Amino acid sequence: MFYREAGDFSTSYPEDSQTFPIRFDRYRYYLVLFVAIFVIPFTINDYWVNSIFLPFLIYAIAAIGLNILVGYCGQVSLGTGGFMAVGAYACYKLMTSFPEVSMLIHVLIAGLITAGVGVLFGLPSLRIKGFYLAVATLAAQFFLVWLFNRVPWFYNYSASGQISAPERTVFGIEVTGPNTEAWATYLFCLAFVIVSAVIARNLTRGAFGRKWMAIRDMDIAAEIIGVNPLMAKLSAFAVSSFFIGISGALFFAVYLGAVEVGEAFGITKSFTVLFMIIIGGLGSIFGSFAGAAFLVVLPVVLKLVGVDWLGWPTDIVAHLQLVIVGALIVIFLIAEPHGLAQLWRVAKEKLRLWPFPH
Amino acid sequence: MLDQADGYMTADGRQIGPVVMEMKNITLRFGGVEAIKNISFDIREGEVRAIIGPNGAGKSSMLNVISGFYVPQDGQVLYKGVQRPQMRPYQVAQQGIARTFQNIALFEGMSVLDNVMTGRLTHMKTGMFSQALWKGRAEKEETANREVAERIIDFLEIQAIRKTPVARLPYGLKKRVELARALAAEPSLLLLDEPMAGMNVEEKEDMSRFILSMNDEFGTTIALIEHDMGVVMDLSDRVVVMDYGKKIGDGTPDEVRNNQAVIDAYLGVAHDE
Repeated sequence: MFYREAGDFSTSYPEDSQTFPIRFDRYRYYLVLFVAIFVIPFTINDYWVNSIFLPFLIYAIAAIGLNILVGYCGQVSLGTGGFMAVGAYACYKLMTSFPEVSMLIHVLIAGLITAGVGVLFGLPSLRIKGFYLAVATLAAQFFLVWLFNRVPWFYNYSASGQISAPERTVFGIEVTGPNTEAWATYLFCLAFVIVSAVIARNLTRGAFGRKWMAIRDMDIAAEIIGVNPLMAKLSAFAVSSFFIGISGALFFAVYLGAVEVGEAFGITKSFTVLFMIIIGGLGSIFGSFAGAAFLVVLPVVLKLVGVDWLGWPTDIVAHLQLVIVGALIVIFLIAEPHGLAQLWRVAKEKLRLWPFPH
Repeated sequence: MLDQADGYMTADGRQIGPVVMEMKNITLRFGGVEAIKNISFDIREGEVRAIIGPNGAGKSSMLNVISGFYVPQDGQVLYKGVQRPQMRPYQVAQQGIARTFQNIALFEGMSVLDNVMTGRLTHMKTGMFSQALWKGRAEKEETANREVAERIIDFLEIQAIRKTPVARLPYGLKKRVELARALAAEPSLLLLDEPMAGMNVEEKEDMSRFILSMNDEFGTTIALIEHDMGVVMDLSDRVVVMDYGKKIGDGTPDEVRNNQAVIDAYLGVAHDE
C-alpha cells in the first residue's frame, strides 16, 4: 500500500547495485537530505543543536566506524573511546600548531592519524579472536587514556591537564570556540556525517565490504577464495579508526570545546558506541544512525517526561535511563540481534504486502 | 596413450591438455601418523580427475595439500610446471585454484549473489580510494565482475535465489551456491571435496550434469573426491585410488575397476549367485 516496488525494474547492474534500488526509498532519502541541509539549519537554536543534533551526528560517525569493524568485519573492539581520544588530541595538537589552517583539514588529518593508531592496535587481531581480541582492544583503551593523561606534550603542558579548543574557522566561519553559531557547527558536522556515510556505504557494497563480511562469516573460507586475512582485518581497523578519529575530533573541538580525557573518552564511551550499534543493528549503515539517534534522544525524552512532566527527581530519571538501556541491550541481543535496522527491514517486508498479505 | 606430454583426445572428443598440477612424492605427517605416504600423481588440463578411497585414506588431506592448508613434510608440488614454494591458502587461490568443502563453507550472513561475488575477489583490484568514490573505476569493475557472476548464476540455475540470504537455503542449494562461488573465480583448477555428499539421486544427477557441462563449456580442470562409485566412474577421465595414505591405483575408470588391489581395498566383489 505505502511501500511499492512493483513496476520498479532495474535494467542494468549498476542500477541494481545502487544504495537505494527502490524508487520510493530513493525519494525518501533525497527528502531527508533536503530537510537536513536546507530546513534544519534555519530553524534550530543552541538548545537543539547541543542537546540533540551535534551529539547525534558525531555519535553517528563513531557508530559507522565501529560498525565497519564489528558489524562488517566481525572484530570486536572495546577501544572506541581511546581511538576517539586519539582523534581529539591529534586535532588539538594540529589546531594549536597550525592556527591558520582550515578546521576541515585538521579533522581529516586527525582521522588519518587515528587510522594509523588503529592499524597498530589491530595487529593482534591476526592471532586472537572474539573475547580475547576484545580484551586486547580494552588494553588499547586504557593505555591511550593513560598516555594522554601522563604525557604533558599532548595537552601542551596546560596546568589543568585539560585540552580546550581555540577558535578556528572553515571558509572564514567559526566552528569551534565559544562564539559559534548553531547552524555553522551543525552544518560542519553534517558534512562529515554525509561524506562518512557515503564512503562507508561505497566500501561496504563493493569488494572491500565483501572481504570484510567473508572474514566475519568464516575466516577459513575467506582465505580459500583468496582473501588475505591480514590486509582485510587491518583495512577494516584503518577505515573504522579513521571515522572514529573524525568523530573524536568533532566531539572535542565542536561539541564539548574542552575535554578531560578520562572523563570524555573513558571506557563508558566505548560501551556507549558499542550499545548504539547493537541496538541499531550490526552490519548496517542505517543501523548506525538509528542506534545513535536512539541513545541520544532517549535521555532527552526521559528528562522531558520524567522531570518536566511527572516531576520526578533528576537522579531517579538518570538511573532509570541506565536501567532502560541495559534492559534494551539484553532484549535486543536475545530477540533481535540485528537491531533496529532488522526491525525496519521486517516492517518494510510487511508493508509491501499490506493490507493483502496473500 | 596417457604419457603423451602435450595431451590427447578422449573417446568423447574432448581435448586433454598437458599436466597442470603435479604432486611428486608427497608425504604428510600429523605427529606420528602418516596421513599421506609418498604419493605422486598429476592432473592434466581439461580433465576430470577423481580421488577415491575408503574413509581415512587421506583424500581430503591430499586436497588440503593442493590448496595450501597443509604443508607436506616431504615432496614437491609443481603447478604449471613450476615448483610451488610454501604458500598460504589465499596465495594458492590467487594462483587460480578454487575449491569447495565437504562441509559447506559459505558466508551465511550474505546473499547468494554476494557469496558468488566473493569468488570474484581475486579478480578485483581497485584500491580503497576509488572504492570510496564508487563512481568510475570501482563501479565499472563491479559491473564487469557482476556480469561474470551472473553468467555462473545462470549456468547453475540459481537465478531465483540470487538475493536470498544463504542461511535460509536448503542443503542441496547451498552445495550449488558453493560450487558457484568456486566457479566464479574462473579457476584453472577446481577442487571439489565430496560435491554429492548427502544428496538424493535427483540432486546427484543435477550436480553431475553441472560438473560435466562446466568441464565441457568452460574447459575447467576438475579434481574431485567422491564416494558414489557410479558417479565417479561415469564422470572422471582418470582416477587415483588411495588407501591408508598410500596410492594403490591410478588410471582410467576401467583400469581401476579391474585392479585387484583396488577391488580388495575398496570396491569389493559382486557375489555371483
